[in-house]
Amino acid sequence: MSLNLTETNRDVNHQILVEVTRDSVYKKCRGYRKAGMFIYYFNLGMRSLSRNIVITSLMILLIAVGVAGSITTYALLSVLSANPLPSRSQQLFVPQIDNRGPNRITTGGEPDPELTFHDVVALRANHEPTAQAAIYPIYLSSVPADTTIQPFAAKGYAVTADFFRMFLVPFEYGGVWSKDDDDDGSNAVVIGRDLNQRLFHGENSVGRELPLEGHVYRIAGVMEQWNPLPRFYAAADVQAFDLPPQIFLPFQRAINLKIPTAGSTFCALNYQGKGWDDLVRSECTWISLWVELPDAAGVRRYAAFLLGYAEEQNANGRFNWPGYTRLRDLDQWLKYLKIVPSEARISFIVALGLLLACTVNTVGLLLARFMRRGPDIGIRRALGASRAAIYTQYLVEAAVIGLAGGVLGILLTVCFIGNLNLVFEAKIARTVHSDASIMALAISLAVLVALIAAAYPVWRASRIQPAWQLKAG
Amino acid sequence: MTIPIRPILSALTRHKAGVFLIALQVALTLAIVANAIFVISQRVIYISRPTGIDEANIVIIDNRWVGALTAMQAQAKTAADLAMLRQLPGVADAYADYSFPGAGPWATLWGIGLDVNQQSPTSYSEAYFTDEHALNTYGVRLVAGRNFRADEVTPGSQLEQSTAGPIIITQDLAKKLFPAESSLGKAVYVGGVARTIIGVISDMQVPAVGTRTFAYRSVLSPIGWADVSGDQYIVRASPGQAEHLRRTLAAALYKVSRLRVIDAVDGVQSFQALRSKAYSRDRGLVILLTAASAILLLATAGGIIGITVYWVDERRRQIGLRRALGAKRSDILAHVLTENFFILLLGTSVGSLLAFAVNVALMHFLEMTRLPTFYIALGSAVLLTLGQCAALTPARRAARMSPMEATRAAIG
Repeated sequence: MSLNLTETNRDVNHQILVEVTRDSVYKKCRGYRKAGMFIYYFNLGMRSLSRNIVITSLMILLIAVGVAGSITTYALLSVLSANPLPSRSQQLFVPQIDNRGPNRITTGGEPDPELTFHDVVALRANHEPTAQAAIYPIYLSSVPADTTIQPFAAKGYAVTADFFRMFLVPFEYGGVWSKDDDDDGSNAVVIGRDLNQRLFHGENSVGRELPLEGHVYRIAGVMEQWNPLPRFYAAADVQAFDLPPQIFLPFQRAINLKIPTAGSTFCALNYQGKGWDDLVRSECTWISLWVELPDAAGVRRYAAFLLGYAEEQNANGRFNWPGYTRLRDLDQWLKYLKIVPSEARISFIVALGLLLACTVNTVGLLLARFMRRGPDIGIRRALGASRAAIYTQYLVEAAVIGLAGGVLGILLTVCFIGNLNLVFEAKIARTVHSDASIMALAISLAVLVALIAAAYPVWRASRIQPAWQLKAG
Repeated sequence: MTIPIRPILSALTRHKAGVFLIALQVALTLAIVANAIFVISQRVIYISRPTGIDEANIVIIDNRWVGALTAMQAQAKTAADLAMLRQLPGVADAYADYSFPGAGPWATLWGIGLDVNQQSPTSYSEAYFTDEHALNTYGVRLVAGRNFRADEVTPGSQLEQSTAGPIIITQDLAKKLFPAESSLGKAVYVGGVARTIIGVISDMQVPAVGTRTFAYRSVLSPIGWADVSGDQYIVRASPGQAEHLRRTLAAALYKVSRLRVIDAVDGVQSFQALRSKAYSRDRGLVILLTAASAILLLATAGGIIGITVYWVDERRRQIGLRRALGAKRSDILAHVLTENFFILLLGTSVGSLLAFAVNVALMHFLEMTRLPTFYIALGSAVLLTLGQCAALTPARRAARMSPMEATRAAIG
């Protein structure tokens, strides 16, 4: 590594001459001055990149690393904490009822995120909500009639028909099953695009048959690719960043067939129940319920109804504690679930710390770089360059360094995002992609960092007194 | 050789901005690096905690039945599979369960009390549902008592399982329940039902990977697991056979019955692969923090070199003057290094306070305890050493300057 930084003296002297000449030329043709000066300073900045090549590369590298780290972790965090259905935030609510009482140990003082079967039945009887979705995860296997296709298992959910409308599920073919199907628990099924691709080569398969767990189902609809992340709608489903679900059955159908939940079941400690019949009567929670409440008055009425229901359970001896309920909207629900892994937050903070440290470093290096050129600044000032001219020139030079850092930063960001699976689980890593907006963000951040870092050094450079430098020379 | 402290300090006050920048850089780096090393060391200990089983030779099969089976059918099919697995060449032993140690898909939380009417349990634990083959399959050591007998094992599944019968517990749980005496033959209560401890085994981790306080308090309950939807088969390979089994077990099972699903990608996995996946977040954080720390330290070193080079250059004439007036090369070297040392000291002092502040902030996001001062001392030592090494090259350059510099012009 060469640290001999005086070798460029001759260069510098030559450049001063050029700059001084240009200063007087530009002063003469005022109209052209602003844009022309800028291009000229840009060229100067480009040329000065090769000056002190080691220090310059260090600055560019630091800006690139700091920017790439911040952008990558920011992209990750924004994907993970995104509201998957922003337009529905104010209408979708999750009722929760405390059926554990003061003995609850694992929910941090909150009611369970899900409901018992009998509470779901009781709450659904209220007709205040304009739509209600009861949901639980299922995992079903299938031996296709076509013997060339291997037996397979698919994940999905048992849901009430309102689910599709409430969560804006788009359909490629057909649509949701009918109200009668919903009430009777018929053999209707909605399948995902991937499954339709695999079984029917992407053709319109509405009305065709699909064997699942020994029963034959009739396909009512094929969804378009639909996988809002995080998977907020089923709290039982810990796979919050899973692949798209492929099978949806009528809720009542799954209950009639006693299809067990594929998610977790939260029971009282040392639950001793046996079988399905005990489970549906028990205090085990395993079903998510969503209600659609279009206006504030409805929300208030429903909240009162919910509390009243819990009080009633207290009065009739099921609970022996005062009614304790929650009615969270989608936004509050996402926060409550803490879906964003703490590792994502901490890595964002670490990356910001890194960016800050890199910025401070760049301030120091730019200060050294500009002050070293004190003599040329002094001479230029003495020959009539204004303070603003010095200002502009060095800011442009810093911006050029930022631009170089940004370009390298984009490459690093793409590389970081491509290798996120080294640091995060594959299912989380694959939610983040590098796109044009991320690249634009990287470039802008890099230039911004360089300009902020340059502010103080440039100010110092512009304060250099012409006379002092001449005397020293 | 004495080092003139006062002139050095007064020289420093002439470069307030530079001093401030280096000190700030050092402080920020220390605040981040000290916390990073602390988190890294904690996570490394967490990641490397043993499961207590014969990890290298265990292969796990995630078997799912196709079609709606009755409990009886599931039991018969599971028994047929296990019988085939146990006599397969290269298989030491095998059994079926709903989960497995350290990285299992599910966990069953049990509160264990010493009295039938106890309000809060003496210890939490997580349960395994095992037949008499489990101990041999995992390769855990029976410390006291005996294994289950085949006639004690009753069939069971997620929704239907016996709540009575003897249990086998780990040493860690035995010590917690009966600190002073042997736990063998004692009755403990799980959900109001008395269970007699017939055996104590060497420590084996509970199924849930995130369990910390009772990670080694496992209970084995004598249930021949056969769920209607499917089970985890835990297979112990003879030494050196694990990889071969991992590739061939699915085909062997399909030969017994085709009416099942074993995922082609991750249906059969070595225990080590599953375990490593379970800790992937922690490992990821370790990689991330190590990389960030390394970059920060390098950046700080680079920053110190850059600014020191500039200072040395700027003071060429003064250095030349001192040399001309009789200062030795070693005096110049000592001056630059001492100056640097003071700046580093300032940075690390501020950084220590900052490190504690960062630690308090981090406690919000991570399961993190208060930062021990050891890590700050360690971080400071690293930064002081690194900082001095970084300043060494510019300091040498300063020392090499000829006294003639004093007479030269200062341009450039």
